[in-house]
Amino acid sequence: MSIDAQTASMLNADDIRDIKAEMAHYPDKAAAAVEALKIVQRRQGWVSDAALTAVASLLDVSTAQLEAVATFYNLIYRQPVGETVIHYCSSVTCWMLGADDLRERLCRHLNARPGQISPDGRYTLLPIACLGACDQAPALMVGERLVTGVGAETAVTEILGEQS
Amino acid sequence: MDAAAKPLTRNILPDRDYATLADYERSGGYQGLRRAVSELSPQAVQQQVSDAGLRGRGGAGFATGLKWSFVPTGEDAPKIRFMIANADEMEPGTFKDRLLMEKDPHQLLEGLIIAGYAIQATQAYIFLRGEYHLAARRLNQALLEARAGGYLGRHILGSNFSLDIHLHAGAGRYICGEETALINALEGKRANPRAKPPFPQVSGLWGKPTVVNNVETLCNIPHILHYGSAWYQSLGRGADKGTKLFGASGRVRRPGVWELPMGTPVREILEDHAGGMIPGYALRGFLPGGASTDFLLPEHLDVVMDYDAVSKAGSRLGTGTMIVLDDKTCPVRMVLNLQQFFAGESCGWCTPCRDGLPWVVVLLQAIIGGQGRSEDLDTLTDLVRMMAPGNTFCALAPGAMEPLQSALKFFRADFEAYITGKTPPLEQADEYY
Repeated sequence: MSIDAQTASMLNADDIRDIKAEMAHYPDKAAAAVEALKIVQRRQGWVSDAALTAVASLLDVSTAQLEAVATFYNLIYRQPVGETVIHYCSSVTCWMLGADDLRERLCRHLNARPGQISPDGRYTLLPIACLGACDQAPALMVGERLVTGVGAETAVTEILGEQS
Repeated sequence: MDAAAKPLTRNILPDRDYATLADYERSGGYQGLRRAVSELSPQAVQQQVSDAGLRGRGGAGFATGLKWSFVPTGEDAPKIRFMIANADEMEPGTFKDRLLMEKDPHQLLEGLIIAGYAIQATQAYIFLRGEYHLAARRLNQALLEARAGGYLGRHILGSNFSLDIHLHAGAGRYICGEETALINALEGKRANPRAKPPFPQVSGLWGKPTVVNNVETLCNIPHILHYGSAWYQSLGRGADKGTKLFGASGRVRRPGVWELPMGTPVREILEDHAGGMIPGYALRGFLPGGASTDFLLPEHLDVVMDYDAVSKAGSRLGTGTMIVLDDKTCPVRMVLNLQQFFAGESCGWCTPCRDGLPWVVVLLQAIIGGQGRSEDLDTLTDLVRMMAPGNTFCALAPGAMEPLQSALKFFRADFEAYITGKTPPLEQADEYY
């Protein structure tokens, strides 16, 4: 399969259009690398080897260069994750005010350890560095939603925005 | 304190989600830009910011006007130049730039446009942390409004100056806040820092002259241009000028962030604004400006929050957002948490940082897990020395050593209590996610 055919099979027309629009913002299209990986991730959930290769050819960089970028970042997933990723802050203030307890409560509810996909496929729990909400610790992100002030009294279903 | 004494947060109101363009204009917004592009030369803008005495609010405290002045000017200077807002706020314990961007996005845009004018930039970027989704939405909305209002784009406010701003969201990595790593990240490369010199002002983004300023730094600029440098200087209480967002988190009654004059004493911040400790907890120490600053003690409460005063006390002003250590939190475990963060966020480029930080983590885990030996404290002291400024490629590892070295000095008995068995070991001390 040629690289162009592979790109076409891994990325749909919308992805390619969105990535090209990002590339247009910069004198060097490689600058769109992180945004391109996020675009792929929004539809596919994570960045597979095949998707990575396809994006690299679109950006005109080597697969190795894009891999060095993809593996560098906390928010780019190089293995499958649940439908929603929960990032709980593991940095100092949240740690001091109960992040470990929060992590264990979430693990019990999801029936998965950090990094795993919950058995129902809905969630993956991951630690993240300081979310900049230290005045309302502990904090976490459910998908793109910041949830703060999550004490022991806050039910996990409420944190996740599920019907209890 | 009236609104003029709190320029950075005057548009942040408890009953308002955020300031729209109309709100911002009503409060005098974009008057600083108007004055800059219609009345002042780029050099005059630089001079005004230098005269104001503004120093970088990202942590290092470098004089902003001086930083701009390193950009080459004249006939032979490169025609393409870049201005970048460093919005990669990720220093643990720091929560000030997010507030500024979410609540008053135009203030950052105006500061960035004026800074762009001062260095005659041809394009500007905001490098935003990928986790700050709400800030991204608000900034993108503000960019549309600013373009429609003639504040951004071709011939800004009818002048000969043209500039556009593009919001570049990252994907979460602490080292991206280091300005040369940020430049590599923006170029789509792995975000390892670059060797200096050349400094970015001479050769930065795509090899062109580039200035990188922190969000809070830039938010000061519109007011300096609008109200003048003498007014700005009058805002400081001590040696440094202007106001700053100071914050406190941990077991204080009212954690939060407040705009206060530079030179405000720590005691006022922790006792008056943060309301003192939660009942049942006592103050044991604090990191005055984020995770990469040395611990200070209750005896330092009367230190004023100025760059030099905090240095003299043995720490750094850093980001000005304090992390409070209470008497029921183990300082050794707190330091372990900090070192795990730094070890995890090391880019891995230089050996002292890549290998030294995980070694610190392993030693602290052994100590807390009841396997520590007294010579481990000597090894930790050696590691502090080996990761001192000058021995590493950038400031990440030396910053990481600041809370460690001060904890070894101030809380040595807590380390020793684990080693002698006086403090019971923590099970699974090596567990970390």
